[in-house]
Amino acid sequence: MILTIAGRELRSLFLSPLAWSLLAVMQFILAWLFLVQMESFTRIQPRLMGLESAPGLTDLIVVPLLGNVAIITLLLIPLLSMRLISEELRSGTFSLLLSAPVSLFRIVLGKYLGLLGMLGVILLMSTVMALSLLAGGELDLGRLAAGLLGLGLVLAAAAAIGLYMSTLSPQPGVAAVGSYGLLLFLWLINLAAGAEGRGSALFAWIAMPTHFDRLLSGLVRSSDLIYFMLCIGLFLILAVRRLDALRTRP
Amino acid sequence: MKPLIKAEDLYRYYGDHCAVQNLSFELYPGEVLGLLGPNGAGKSSTLRMIAGNLAPSAGNIWLDGVDLQANPIAAKRNLGYLPENPPLYPELTVDEYLRYCARLHRISGCALDEAVADAKGRCGLGDVGRRLIGNLSKGYQQRVGIAQAIVHNPRVVILDEPTVGLDPIQIREIRSLIRDLGSERGVILSTHILPEVQATCSRLLILHRGRQAYAASLQQDAAPADGCFLIRLARPPELASFAAMPGVSHADELAHGHYRLHLDDRNACSAGQLSEQLVLAGWGLEEFVPEQPGLEQIFVRITTGEQIA
Repeated sequence: MILTIAGRELRSLFLSPLAWSLLAVMQFILAWLFLVQMESFTRIQPRLMGLESAPGLTDLIVVPLLGNVAIITLLLIPLLSMRLISEELRSGTFSLLLSAPVSLFRIVLGKYLGLLGMLGVILLMSTVMALSLLAGGELDLGRLAAGLLGLGLVLAAAAAIGLYMSTLSPQPGVAAVGSYGLLLFLWLINLAAGAEGRGSALFAWIAMPTHFDRLLSGLVRSSDLIYFMLCIGLFLILAVRRLDALRTRP
Repeated sequence: MKPLIKAEDLYRYYGDHCAVQNLSFELYPGEVLGLLGPNGAGKSSTLRMIAGNLAPSAGNIWLDGVDLQANPIAAKRNLGYLPENPPLYPELTVDEYLRYCARLHRISGCALDEAVADAKGRCGLGDVGRRLIGNLSKGYQQRVGIAQAIVHNPRVVILDEPTVGLDPIQIREIRSLIRDLGSERGVILSTHILPEVQATCSRLLILHRGRQAYAASLQQDAAPADGCFLIRLARPPELASFAAMPGVSHADELAHGHYRLHLDDRNACSAGQLSEQLVLAGWGLEEFVPEQPGLEQIFVRITTGEQIA
């Protein structure tokens, strides 16, 4: 049942030009950034030769690449997630799901998995780009895996936030603005963490980059994984509660 | 017999506005129940509550004996619902869409193909299966909406204004489909068109301002006992000669050649006998229409705000 909903969601995404154009633009920009990193790496390579335990390809190309993917995708996710539920609420197709023998939780989970499928394509594209370096050098595959795990978790958390925002309004535009706001807030709140004060540890914990950077540096800590899981679970449950409330008080 | 739908003391508030109040009714298998009322009478709200799209502010709903609020998943298994705006995805083809709807109702494997083919056949969609829903005309989209509501062979079918936006021929096809559905399961439909109720429904509920204003059961074939017939004659006789006919109490002249015949309560005759007499009298019968004046007058009185005693 969940997979039926996810499959239709993914199908509709790829039947619209939106998904294809987003993927194309994203791939173009990533390729450009990738080439720029390559260029600077080849420029400083002679100097690196002389250093002991010099940073390698993984440090200088793969990690910045994954960081860039995260930021660009965070800018794209609201565009993909905004129509997930708000468009169905507006066009009335949501009543098809409401009158089917499917619980709200499964509806939300189905929609979420559909969006994750799309983000999986983005993740796959950036993985292939990173792995292409294997053709001419060596990579720290363990660190790459940790980075990809971090990237996947960031995208999954952002998707949950976008899904929740799209339940808030039948206007997709409002949903997109809401997701941008919350995602940027979670991304930038650690600017405050640098300041002195008792709240700064809390701000640092709330901020996504704190956890993402640790994973990018190859450090997989269960507390960071729990942070992302909490974020995903919280927003999915909020989405279910919100849909239930819509039925009671429209 | 167990009712397919049992609604008890339904209330629904939107803020301070009360859209449905104190509404109770039952629907049995083999019945077509028509909800009739002017715009804003609470028809759609009632249907949305029964379809589980809207939670009632108070009251209970049982679908085929299962409590909709306590056990929504099991209750919705037997439910097919066509909302006011058909819930269609314009980017899918008719076949893809109906397969998706059937899967949502847990139909899989070979039963899936059969169910989709059957629903398409019933709704006259046989030759548009591979077309995109967004490119179909309004009438075909409405039919896809109905196909969606019956694809999983539900025991309760809820149709919100099923013939809106259709041309007269399509309306006739849809009405015969509804009568057909009503012969084996329970159908509840809403409309604000009186002839639609007379053409399709076996029972009628008139809503006005969220309340049940009138309930009646409609016989399709028999002439109404207190009914009248509207006739048009090419060679009209004296007015008094109608009263001399057996079974007719008196007649009114509406215009030249147009008459309303009132039947005699004690000595009622069938429509067939009456038309035979009129033809045999040689008055050149051109029109013969049974009238249900009770219903129309009631509807007009309710909708213009008069109270029914």
